[in-house]
Amino acid sequence: MRRAFLVVSGLAAGLSLPVAHGQQSAGNAFNPAISLVLSGQYASYGYDPAEFALPGFQLGGEAHPKPEGLSADHTELVLSANIDHRFYGQVSAALATHDDETKVELEEAFVETLGLPAGLGVKFGRFRSGLGYINQQHGHAWDFVDAPLPVQAFLGGGYYDDGLRLSWLAPTDTMLEISVEALRGRRFPAADEGGGAPGAYTASIKVGGDVGASHSWQAGISGLWASPRQRGGGHAHGHDDHDHDHAAHFSGDSDLLVLDLVWKWAPGGNAAGRGLVLQSEYFQRREDGAVEVAHGDHSHHADYRGTQRGWYGQAVYRFSPRWRAGLRYDRLWSDNRGDPELLAEAGLADGGSLWRASAMLDFATSEFARLRLQYTRDETQPKADDQWLLQYVMALGAHGAHGF
Amino acid sequence: MKRIVLALALLLPALPVHGALRVFACEPEWAALIRELAGDRAEVFSATTAQQDPHRIEARPSLIAQLRRADLLVCTGAELEAGWLPMLLRRANNAKVQIGAAGHFEAAAHVELLEKPARADRADGDVHAAGNPHLHLDPRNIARVARALSARLAELDAANAATYQARHDDFQQRWRQAIERWEASAAPLRGVPVVVAHRSWPYLLRWLGLEEVAALEPKPGVPPNSGHLAEVLALAQARRVPMALYAAYQDPRPARWLAERSEVTAVELPFTVGGGGSADLFELFELTVTRLLEARR
Repeated sequence: MRRAFLVVSGLAAGLSLPVAHGQQSAGNAFNPAISLVLSGQYASYGYDPAEFALPGFQLGGEAHPKPEGLSADHTELVLSANIDHRFYGQVSAALATHDDETKVELEEAFVETLGLPAGLGVKFGRFRSGLGYINQQHGHAWDFVDAPLPVQAFLGGGYYDDGLRLSWLAPTDTMLEISVEALRGRRFPAADEGGGAPGAYTASIKVGGDVGASHSWQAGISGLWASPRQRGGGHAHGHDDHDHDHAAHFSGDSDLLVLDLVWKWAPGGNAAGRGLVLQSEYFQRREDGAVEVAHGDHSHHADYRGTQRGWYGQAVYRFSPRWRAGLRYDRLWSDNRGDPELLAEAGLADGGSLWRASAMLDFATSEFARLRLQYTRDETQPKADDQWLLQYVMALGAHGAHGF
Repeated sequence: MKRIVLALALLLPALPVHGALRVFACEPEWAALIRELAGDRAEVFSATTAQQDPHRIEARPSLIAQLRRADLLVCTGAELEAGWLPMLLRRANNAKVQIGAAGHFEAAAHVELLEKPARADRADGDVHAAGNPHLHLDPRNIARVARALSARLAELDAANAATYQARHDDFQQRWRQAIERWEASAAPLRGVPVVVAHRSWPYLLRWLGLEEVAALEPKPGVPPNSGHLAEVLALAQARRVPMALYAAYQDPRPARWLAERSEVTAVELPFTVGGGGSADLFELFELTVTRLLEARR
């Protein structure tokens, strides 16, 4: 904890040094761009977020809601620079607090090529998978306080992993990018205990362009193929010390399909004034294998086949340079087959209609500071819940360049 | 599979028939300058229009696709494009236009920048540590950039170096004459106090000898608020300011608000090629000087 704090305060001190420019030849002129994102919120729920579960879905990663009450649980540090004329490098680390313990989570540490011929690009290290749309965004770039429900359910809040990505950009007027990734498969929704071969593969095709001067769009189709071994621990009951503690594990094949579409409108293409962003993603996962539930010394296991689907749609309207309002609807379905008793114990019994609807209003004092109020009607838990969240997201240091 | 190949083939454009340089210009003024210097030797794409705020552009898929095929990138630099160009460069998978390559040209490297801040602190608003990037509004800077850009064109396309040299000499001659004409007709503007919407105009004001007394934005990049506008109004009345300048892409309402309450005329200036219907660099400055003179009367 203290060490992490020292690292951050040391870097923060670095930020206040005068920026080197002109003909100055100081040794720090080549320092990477540093950006520190402070975020925190007030959240009120009608249930204990630690008990959060989505019936029909085995949870993993950071699927759980933000802590209740006041919390500054996520501070993100991003460093980036061109390494030389051939490579670009970026590191992003999150200082996250879980159960009174502050941990440094290395979310990205990757190298990207700058100079390959024929529109080819290679990225390696640890990075956010190019799966779908929102998965590549840092949490501070989201338009709502939390990730959409399907991103929580299918990707554990966001899938990043160690591996290699190869992409090819076609020489066309309409953007066409094809990419494939081979990943270690360490993190949810993959869970690979090791071995030489990659534990997860992804492939995606993205197309995009403009319609007139005021509209632009991007659409994508992606797949994730993983073979989790003993994936588990995410189910809510695994987190506490109940007498009926029973950890559920899944082993088998997990294949995920993601479709994404983003449409942006701004009068004359001038995003500084008014603008509308429509965004939607559809997720479909098939899991085929076995579930194992441990009861103390002995365990039961049974075959399990599951099909789970989900989507979200959101609209965010900027009605003045500093104010935006948005609506989002999230939905999940599951159709899981197997021994009903075991599925119920594993949290995989179908949960019927799971949905959530959110409305948000945010205000930015500048490009670097944003305050956001969000109301969510959550119909995913046994009791319907009205939630209020108040969040701040502030960036110190370098001006980050965001993707589309 | 066959169908996919067919679909991909349909997305491919017709192959270029001749070896024209593909140029990706970040702003319309540089696209216009390339047209002057390269004529039909270059196929130019402008990433932005005069209706768009060059600070606030999205790294759109269409821009990624254009930069992928560019032989030369021409941008302002000085952090003007900091919010989007770095992302485009990373996504475009194009070695020719990366920083340090011959195909990467930044105008700011060839011009002395104004308003270099004494301190770089975000509390001062959206200031650029390298200086004010709106350097193209002094036509003498256009001449400086033209010299460097012409040399770069000749380096990239050596076979046509003589053509670029000839076009450059011709442009410089016409440009010098135009500058003399504009300076002569703009003489009555010397010493006139003005209010500006955003600090977009220091190069124009210095060239024509106008005096900036206030900005409608309390700090660069921060939208005007009523308290600050009231202060600007009092100042404009005290100094008998005749005009408030805003660019075609900026919100006209604060300048109009001021105009309704004082002697100030709200003047929309084209800011870049395409604004106010200007078709090239000559028309851009012609129209700018004309509008300023009209408001002075």
